[in-house]
Amino acid sequence: MTLLELDRVSYAYPGAKRPALRDVSLIIEPGELVVLAGGSASGKSTLLRAAGGLVPHVHGGTFAGELRCGGLDVREHGPAELSAVAGSLFQDPETQVVMGSVRAEIAFPLEGRGDGPAAVARGVEEAALALGIAHLLDRRTAQLSGGELQRVALAAAVARRPQLLLLDEPTSQLDPVAGDELISLLRRLNEEWGTAIVLAEHRLERCLAAADRVIALRDGAVACDASAADFQEWAVAHAPELATPAGRLFADAGLGHRPTGVKDARRALVRAGLLPDPSMPEPPEPPSRGERRRARRDAALRLDGVWHELPAGPALLRGVDLAVGPGELVALMGRNGAGKSTLLRHAAGLLRPTRGRVRAAGRVALLLQHPGDYVLHERVADEAPAAALRAVGLETFGDRHPRDLSGGERERLALAVVLGDGDASPAVVCLDEPTRGMDRLAKEALAERLAGLADAGSAVVVATHDAEFAATLAERVVLLADGRVIADGTAREILGGGWYFATETARILSGAGGALLPAEGARLLRAITTIEVP
Amino acid sequence: MRTARATAGAAFCAALVLCGLVYEHPLVLGALCLATLAAGRLAGAGAQLSRAAKLCLLAAPLVVAINLVANRNGLTVFWRLGEVPPFGQLDLTLEALAYGGALALRLAVMVLVAALFGAAVDVDALLLGARRVSARSGLTAVLAVRLVPVLARDARRLDEARRCRWDGGGSGPAARLAVLRAICAGTLDRAADAAAALEVRGYATAGRPRRARSPWSRQDLAFAAAAAALIAIAVAGRVAGIASFDAVPALDVPTRSAELALAAALVVTALAPFAARRGNAR
Repeated sequence: MTLLELDRVSYAYPGAKRPALRDVSLIIEPGELVVLAGGSASGKSTLLRAAGGLVPHVHGGTFAGELRCGGLDVREHGPAELSAVAGSLFQDPETQVVMGSVRAEIAFPLEGRGDGPAAVARGVEEAALALGIAHLLDRRTAQLSGGELQRVALAAAVARRPQLLLLDEPTSQLDPVAGDELISLLRRLNEEWGTAIVLAEHRLERCLAAADRVIALRDGAVACDASAADFQEWAVAHAPELATPAGRLFADAGLGHRPTGVKDARRALVRAGLLPDPSMPEPPEPPSRGERRRARRDAALRLDGVWHELPAGPALLRGVDLAVGPGELVALMGRNGAGKSTLLRHAAGLLRPTRGRVRAAGRVALLLQHPGDYVLHERVADEAPAAALRAVGLETFGDRHPRDLSGGERERLALAVVLGDGDASPAVVCLDEPTRGMDRLAKEALAERLAGLADAGSAVVVATHDAEFAATLAERVVLLADGRVIADGTAREILGGGWYFATETARILSGAGGALLPAEGARLLRAITTIEVP
Repeated sequence: MRTARATAGAAFCAALVLCGLVYEHPLVLGALCLATLAAGRLAGAGAQLSRAAKLCLLAAPLVVAINLVANRNGLTVFWRLGEVPPFGQLDLTLEALAYGGALALRLAVMVLVAALFGAAVDVDALLLGARRVSARSGLTAVLAVRLVPVLARDARRLDEARRCRWDGGGSGPAARLAVLRAICAGTLDRAADAAAALEVRGYATAGRPRRARSPWSRQDLAFAAAAAALIAIAVAGRVAGIASFDAVPALDVPTRSAELALAAALVVTALAPFAARRGNAR
């Protein structure tokens, strides 16, 4: 039986001028792993919410066409009935976990179904074991990290053994380690339990290799429905912003194959005799704008032996020494808990060091992780000066309510709120994980804006897990671990030779030639082709 | 205590509270404070109990001072303040001072036991018990408890974001009001998200959960027995007229061997469950 069937489905949210879904027809069969691709506001979340019955039952709005989930018509059956067929998982783990303890959370849907105590206990145990969270069962949900919470929410979603799982960017709030673990778990559920999965995701390079099919949405309509390889072909030709770094690398290098992941790409390069030697010499580093300026002036931000020690706990920063020059673009990387956010808070003066000293050459602007936290007023125009709104391209949004803005627009508004008008340009601009949940176009636009700020003389420090973004933006990468700086070098040095902190291009090419981005990798491959095929 | 079932832990805390309500004698109340602090430490909640103790130390002088001014029934005046508007003739008495001290000790017992309860008893499990009586009310209570720390974190984040604004986020009531309004708007967002999560977990079709019978562990038994023993000792002592306390009109604080024995019995009984260490080494 077909699990999910959409027949010419159109939907508009209440009061919306444009439909969120337009004439969508598709079918999901049992056991399939389908990735939903598309930019921000392309309709991915709405499609998943429609499949789960939240649209239109919870959100209201205008619904047309026919949608059947597990044979149930969503017009006649609400989310509670559909939950027997389809489990759902959303972006923010904090608000999906409704109970105070992990055991109670996983038991909740089973108890709701009317299972007896023995069946509930067994269901909880099995779901916990399947997702590797048995050790968390007696923990309070308030004590869990984001990654752990998301796994608990997934366990609650699969506890009733639904045939279909609907996942809306479940990794967007997680660090890459937790995100990769979650994707591995989904693959296991798909392969071992046969659960069909529909996964909306921005970072396609994470999940494309596991996908049976990719459905790309654009403006609420299906733009592509194909296998992962065919999707890459389509994306390179028609939607380059959706192509993964591997796809762009091969396309830019003029290679016909469209790889779906690192393994596939490396195999194709080996077959073509094009896998470069990792010991291949790197081209000389371009002169660093920051170094030039550092030589001219004092550091814009200087941390000398900064410690941050908790009264009854570990030290979050352990004697950090760091100097950032005016105009320098620095990416701060490291796993969760490495001390990145704490360091930025010290830079901005939100925290005082237990020991050590923080000095800045002027105002330090800090953009924290959640841009929505900067929304205090009813109108965009009341949040930031007109010049600041103009600088981030929001000058025409003055009368809009800030909460009605899209994620990318809200991020720009938050940047305007922390930067203020151009008269007092900050000496240092710090951003904490600014690319969470952003599509590639929005990331590129942000990188451009930050480069503009650096050109204007501000030192820019960005804490990020996103190696692709770091490679695009930064000339210098500082790696933190356990509150210490463990590596500090050029982007090429840090992101080219790493295993985990590396771009997809660097992993495919094993860091050869210091290539981090698809364009650099393609140049390298073209050079090899030229040498080998004179 | 954390490993004991929630009902046993709650009964233990309730018994300590009952003891604090039954007696006004400073020796008994002091013993209860000590017992609760020690229990907290043994339960691994030393930090929470320390914070609560600091709060009690701050509140105690206030309670004593208020009682000194408000209580006019004592006979032993130790300081004549004369006419003090708006209180009129104000004489500070030894009895009012002693009664204020006893009230401060009683308040300390309540605060410390509340801290112990919050830190060492699984409130969620208790509320889940309430779901069997009224499924929706119980779930609402669970959800409220669950979202309190989430909203507290949201509020901290919003305040940090306010401080990061280009103009410093302002100060005074207007700035605080703006943050409060943002917190309220965020609360609505959180509520909508939680509602969606409940819907897709099948909340609308959920019935009353069935009772799960689990065997009593030695910790469950130890804390339940300690609760029963504390109540029995408190009632027996009261019936026997031990540790009576009269502050007015004249101070009468008997401190005989019976009072000392009662205080010791309460401390030993309260700490006894933590001494239960028998069991397999591995």
